[in-house]
Amino acid sequence: MSWGRPRNDAVDMFNTYPLNQRAQHGHAHDNFAEGVQRTQQPIVTGTSVLAIKYKDGIMMAADTLASYGSLARFKNIQRLHAVGDTTVIGASGDMSDFQYLQGLLDELVTDEFTAGDGNALAPHEVHEYLARVLYARRSKMNPLWNALLVGGVRDGAPFLGYVDLLGTTYQASTLATGYGAHIALPLLRQAVETREDSLPEDEARRILTESMRVLFYRDARSLNKFQIAKVTAAGVDISEPIVLDTHWSFAEGIRGYGAQTQ
Amino acid sequence: MPDGSFSHPQERQFNPYTENGGTILAIAGADFSVVAGDTRQSEGYSIQTRYAPKVFRLTDRAVLAVNGFAADGNMFVKKVKQRLEWYRHAHAKDMPLRAIARLIQTMLYAQRFFPYYVYNILGGIEEDGTGAVYSFDPVGSYEREACRAAGAAQALVQPFLDNQIYFKNQQAPVGSSHPVHLPLQDVLSIVIDSFTSATERHIEVGDGLEIYVIVAKGRSPQGLESIRNVQELSTNPEGDRVFVIRRELKKD
Amino acid sequence: MASASVYRGAGFDFSNTVRNSFLEQRGVPLPKATSTGTTIVGCLFKDGIVLGADTRATEGPIVADKNCEKIHFISDNIRCCGAGTAADTEFTTALIASNMEMHALSTGRKPRVVTAMTMLKQMLYRYQGHIGAALVLGGVDATGPQLFTIHPHGSTDKLPYVTMGSGSLAAMAVFEAGWKPDMERQEALDLVTAAISAGIFNDLGSGSNVDACVITADRTEMLRNFVKPNERVEKERRYVFRRGTTAYKSEQIRSLVVEETVTRTGEAMDTS
Repeated sequence: MSWGRPRNDAVDMFNTYPLNQRAQHGHAHDNFAEGVQRTQQPIVTGTSVLAIKYKDGIMMAADTLASYGSLARFKNIQRLHAVGDTTVIGASGDMSDFQYLQGLLDELVTDEFTAGDGNALAPHEVHEYLARVLYARRSKMNPLWNALLVGGVRDGAPFLGYVDLLGTTYQASTLATGYGAHIALPLLRQAVETREDSLPEDEARRILTESMRVLFYRDARSLNKFQIAKVTAAGVDISEPIVLDTHWSFAEGIRGYGAQTQ
Repeated sequence: MPDGSFSHPQERQFNPYTENGGTILAIAGADFSVVAGDTRQSEGYSIQTRYAPKVFRLTDRAVLAVNGFAADGNMFVKKVKQRLEWYRHAHAKDMPLRAIARLIQTMLYAQRFFPYYVYNILGGIEEDGTGAVYSFDPVGSYEREACRAAGAAQALVQPFLDNQIYFKNQQAPVGSSHPVHLPLQDVLSIVIDSFTSATERHIEVGDGLEIYVIVAKGRSPQGLESIRNVQELSTNPEGDRVFVIRRELKKD
Repeated sequence: MASASVYRGAGFDFSNTVRNSFLEQRGVPLPKATSTGTTIVGCLFKDGIVLGADTRATEGPIVADKNCEKIHFISDNIRCCGAGTAADTEFTTALIASNMEMHALSTGRKPRVVTAMTMLKQMLYRYQGHIGAALVLGGVDATGPQLFTIHPHGSTDKLPYVTMGSGSLAAMAVFEAGWKPDMERQEALDLVTAAISAGIFNDLGSGSNVDACVITADRTEMLRNFVKPNERVEKERRYVFRRGTTAYKSEQIRSLVVEETVTRTGEAMDTS
């Protein structure tokens, strides 16, 4: 029947370019053909979270945008969440999964409180708990699609930890998720590393603000409105949204992209 | 299909694994064992952290190095430690090294169809007081050896160890033979040189180096006193002893 | 397409790309090229342009060259940083350098940066991205300082500060935080050094040393290995092998000296 015809997948009916990237013809995919779809994709998402250690504890920053694909869907969503009086978590990735985790953590904090032994969860314990939850879900091939930063101070010792949808964990004095890991982290490392114990609060705040500004310039899923959470021996303080001033006049003398001059 | 077309477009599936770079190695001596790993954890072209330990003290005579997918590695070490604690409660002593090795095999093979994506190297002192190294593949095949490298720079380091530890491709001078075991000082030098070399030529190796030294009971930790940044981790200085040496590696 | 025909049209024939992508899909590995993982940058300042590059070249996760040069010569007043496939950046910049010299000779004028940029983008566009060269082109000509990026598919950008390669995000963050108009030469050089260093220490594809090149109206200064923050440490042991280490099965000694006897015949030539 197909005598003399070229192979189906080698034909580009409409001569579209590029040849080696042509779509496969003929088969529309049915999303429900394989029954229950457990492996999801993130839907409403948050972008980077940044965190650093400083003299009095830790500081964390995240913008207030929740995107729906490339749509800036919700522009006033809080992505920093206090867990008890010593810990704060910041979430990037799927916002519904994050809200589920908030529920789990609030329940956990309540259970600890009702135990009445005066013991509260320490930041590293919250981190361990989240790591277990996320690793267990990835092992069921049903991940919670987030990358989370956990920060806090307990007994004078600052803690900063990362955990993501695979259950991968690590700790460092500067952390960032998503695009922040590529764009902001080099700036944070340069400004903070080796000075964690001496960095004053106003400078820590300035470093995070500057990094959030750079992220707004270069991360297309970010917003110029963000919050900073601070955890010290005095407890957790999450700021009101801060609006960044930005400058776009850097290339005013430049015309075109090539040979054009006027 | 034989003509090369796909009858079904393939769905992009969630991938539960990733690679976190880094390299580990271990060398057994006559009455000591050395287990080492770099401390960089990376994903893709990004450094996640410059300090994430890959080598863990299990008992006073056993040290485990894990390399591959970091989340699996940490979970696996956690579970091994838990099993060793249960053993201690049941038997009022630490599990012997060869028993830990067999335990690790069964724990790995239990996950045969959803494996821990981790290469393990176990180093320590046997009950007869000899230094030992056991190396494992991700699903539990294992072997006792004199030395082993694993991880990102395995292909760079193992041939070097084969040459320097097993004296492969080196003919002994007429009338003499190669030593079966090297002294601790030489082994430490070879370990450090392995990592500085791997750091030069492998992008995922660097930042820091942690070398664990397990010394058999009754043997003086000779060769260690001249080394800087040594810290003792053993609980009982009368039995087998564990030390850790920390070094910096290049950070680019 | 793909029908047997005696006629062969002008232009490129991409029919093998179909075969190659099919083979690749089936697990046949394509030949691997050395790629310069790379951080490269360019920055405009008061009197000209500063270009910068790291010096690491990689083959997958292996460092192929610890001190390669990524700032290529185009003409006396124009230089070009290359990221991507090493062979492509080297040959492309060398070809354009030749053509620029020819152009300069035939017009009798000092070459312009836009000319090099146009030649590069037209060539890369013609090859539809199959020449994997991502370039930062900078120089100073009759129209003043000029700075461009050229992507492998032939698109160009004209901006006061640019970065390319796997370390481009790290380097761009430094520029976004620190660049300002009308900087002094030293400020610009320090900023470029900081941007390349951000790539070297945060991007695994970049490493080793910082190369820089300062181009002003009157001179071009190539600062090869301007900063060397990653010197190789000394080894603990010396690995010298004893003579006779390599085993052999048989020994054969041959003389390589050719012996020749000269026999004179006839009379000597008359050279008077």
